[in-house]
Amino acid sequence: MTTATLPSTPHLTQRQARRLSRVSRLSWFAVAAVAVSLVALLPLGFVVWVGFQTGWDTVVALVFRPRVGELLVNTGLLVLLTVPLCTVLAVALAWLTERSDLPGARTWAWLAAAPLAVPAFVHSYAWISVAPGLQGLFGGVLVSVLAYFPFLYLPIAAALRRLDPGMEDAAASLGESPWGVFRRVVLPQLRLPIWGGALLVGLHLLAEYGLYVMIRFDTFTTAIVDQFQSTYNGVAANMLAGVLVVCCFVLLGLEAGTRGRERYARVGTGSARQPVSARLGRYTALCLVLPATVALLSLGVPLVTLVRWLVAGGAKVWNLPELGAALGQSLMLGLAGALLTTLVAVPMAWLSIRAPGRLQRVLEGSNYLVGSLPGIVVALALVTITVRVALPLYQTVFTVLLAYVLMFLPRAIVNWRAGIAQAPLELEQAARSLGRTPLQSLWQVTLRLAAPSAASGFAMVFLAITNELTATLLLSPNGTQTLATAFWSHTSEIDYAGAAPYALIMVLLSLPLTWLLHLQSKRAAGR
Amino acid sequence: MKPVNFLKNRRSVLALGMSFGMSLGLSGVALNAVAQSATPGSIVVYNAQHASLVEAWVEGFTKETGIKVTMRRGGDMEMANQIAQEGAASPADVFLTENSPAMALVDGAGLFSPLSAATLEQVPANYRPPHGRWVGIAARSTVFVYNKAKFTADTLPKSLLDLSGPTWKGRWSASPSGPDFQAIVSAMLELKGEAATVAWLKGMKENATAYKGNSVAMKAVNAGQVDSAVIYHYYYYSDRAKGGENTERVAHHYFRNEDPGAFVSISGGGVLASSKNKPQAEAFLKWITGKGGQDILRTGDSFEYAVGVGAASNPKLVPLAELKSPKVDPGKLNNKKVTDLMTQAGLL
Repeated sequence: MTTATLPSTPHLTQRQARRLSRVSRLSWFAVAAVAVSLVALLPLGFVVWVGFQTGWDTVVALVFRPRVGELLVNTGLLVLLTVPLCTVLAVALAWLTERSDLPGARTWAWLAAAPLAVPAFVHSYAWISVAPGLQGLFGGVLVSVLAYFPFLYLPIAAALRRLDPGMEDAAASLGESPWGVFRRVVLPQLRLPIWGGALLVGLHLLAEYGLYVMIRFDTFTTAIVDQFQSTYNGVAANMLAGVLVVCCFVLLGLEAGTRGRERYARVGTGSARQPVSARLGRYTALCLVLPATVALLSLGVPLVTLVRWLVAGGAKVWNLPELGAALGQSLMLGLAGALLTTLVAVPMAWLSIRAPGRLQRVLEGSNYLVGSLPGIVVALALVTITVRVALPLYQTVFTVLLAYVLMFLPRAIVNWRAGIAQAPLELEQAARSLGRTPLQSLWQVTLRLAAPSAASGFAMVFLAITNELTATLLLSPNGTQTLATAFWSHTSEIDYAGAAPYALIMVLLSLPLTWLLHLQSKRAAGR
Repeated sequence: MKPVNFLKNRRSVLALGMSFGMSLGLSGVALNAVAQSATPGSIVVYNAQHASLVEAWVEGFTKETGIKVTMRRGGDMEMANQIAQEGAASPADVFLTENSPAMALVDGAGLFSPLSAATLEQVPANYRPPHGRWVGIAARSTVFVYNKAKFTADTLPKSLLDLSGPTWKGRWSASPSGPDFQAIVSAMLELKGEAATVAWLKGMKENATAYKGNSVAMKAVNAGQVDSAVIYHYYYYSDRAKGGENTERVAHHYFRNEDPGAFVSISGGGVLASSKNKPQAEAFLKWITGKGGQDILRTGDSFEYAVGVGAASNPKLVPLAELKSPKVDPGKLNNKKVTDLMTQAGLL
């Protein structure tokens, strides 16, 4: 999204202007950004603090035990199997929908993004209804791949769409076979979307709770919730959380360390021509099998299950007052959380575009670190902090919203950043010269120009909040019941028919936003 | 690259502005709703019991008294530890559990207020601790459910303790993360002592398959994924009442003989000492242990045992008196020790 080029001003002027505006505004924004980042670091600080408080002997006893080993093996295998499978599937689908003459490619492209509208725990609810024996590592990997591959598909498809076919032509003219061209020219250019998407999938695998409980596969996150249910915020739960945090950081480090610094932008004048679609010819039918199977498994199975349970439940499961209340709570938390997150992200995003520097990199990095923490870790930290030292905030809407902000801030920052980068600095300066204060010019010019990007960030955060389970369960005020928690309480009493309306509403609520993301990924390619 | 479309931008700004206004309005409504639960006269119940049962109780109680009840849901030990941390600032007025150990924990922290004789008298002395700071509200019995194709009458276990032996490897299951199973272990700890319990848990780690939730374990038994499960009795009956989808091939077996596996667990209710609505909170407990509440246990679909004086349980159940359960003081069950031992055994 950030790569679209704007008619840029001469380099020097921009730098001078940047310095000018730095003086006037940096202090303000730096203070705001530092404040946001400090709050964002609370959960991380908490995990470290608990480690110190507990004392080394207890830490050793609780961390270096066979159970933690089991969980480490489970979680590790899950990530090692799911991420490559998702990647292969996403690359294959992206190539078919973007670079081949597959019949109905546009429809298949949408169907490959649509599984995002089905929350992960609804995927596994569907699968255990269809195949009650499904469980363990195999079940976990299968459902995870189907639930999360769109996270890789969307960026890979967007990147494939805007690759300059000139490079491929050059390779082919030098004697590379079509497969050789793909392997040595196309694939390396997909490195950034693959790495980024893989990181996102990996972090989701570490954080997900509902999916794995239903499919009966123990990961760190499920074990932490088990401990929480037996001991509230006991030491053992916090120690497991500490290990999980380390796992997240290992993933982040791996991604950052292997991402590379190659140039991916095209060199040369003029604009790239449209890539020619590969002709599938007699393989067309065979190639249709892949997207069709994926759509069947990732969309067909949830759809059939929902219809089946809705039919089985009949009119009796449509308890309208309860459904309405849950929908209202979900909407309220989703809108308020998304709004707050979008607002809080402004200083950080602005700094990273208009005044990049070391401070900004550290601050931004800390926000991403915390954004990668699983909901259960953030919730555990906030529960303990509010109950011990900030009691007036305990069990208030504010604390839940704070958890959402911490968890989903990176989504908002990334989107704001893309939008602000496209807003010409000169317009802001013109507003200043016409007598607007810095804040006014920011609000009236830059933020308005960046609003479309911010809206997509808003949508992403909203989507994440409506499907959020663990932090909502732990932190929400007394009497709160969202769609996700209501769905969860029905399924844990194996009342699958009663859970179906909640699942249906969550899917319907997510569909338009998933459509928006799908469109956004197309627009990012400039088409 | 298309130039940025200004009209489109304006529309987005408008949309953003509208959602801004909407969310502010809605959060106001929500904050109000939260504030309401703290209004005097209405009570907050921390509920670890089955939601459907307590919802039926609340409905009956509110209809009769007009007192509003707000529920927070959670597990036994989660909420007990939560109340202990909240201390005097706890927003809860009443605490209801599925099992006794959680009540013992809160009582141990000195956070319960003594109940009046009028409430206590409604429940026989064997279904409440002698100190009278909490009271039994319902009861459930341990049961061994098994797949009919996998057992005959003489291959059924005689005692819960048998299940840690090598012949039981891979043959049974439970929900070790749940408070129900932990209550059964706490009874074993009380009856057989720490050494025997540790050894049994070690055998369990070897032999048993862990499920999340008793109903999930029973479903697996029915589907033939595992031979048997140690759970509570009502899961079987409530599934039969719903059409029996998950019990077609399931039968149940009570250990009896005062075996740890015949343990009957008392669900408890208590009024928090920190409550600012004690009369209303106690009225609620009095209502659920009285005729109204106990009748719901007999007629509803919870299939838990009634514990009120003279209150009959659902006629479909094996009468409580025939279960020959071991005598355990519900006030002495220690869950902290149990979770520690289970964590050591690698079950948590």
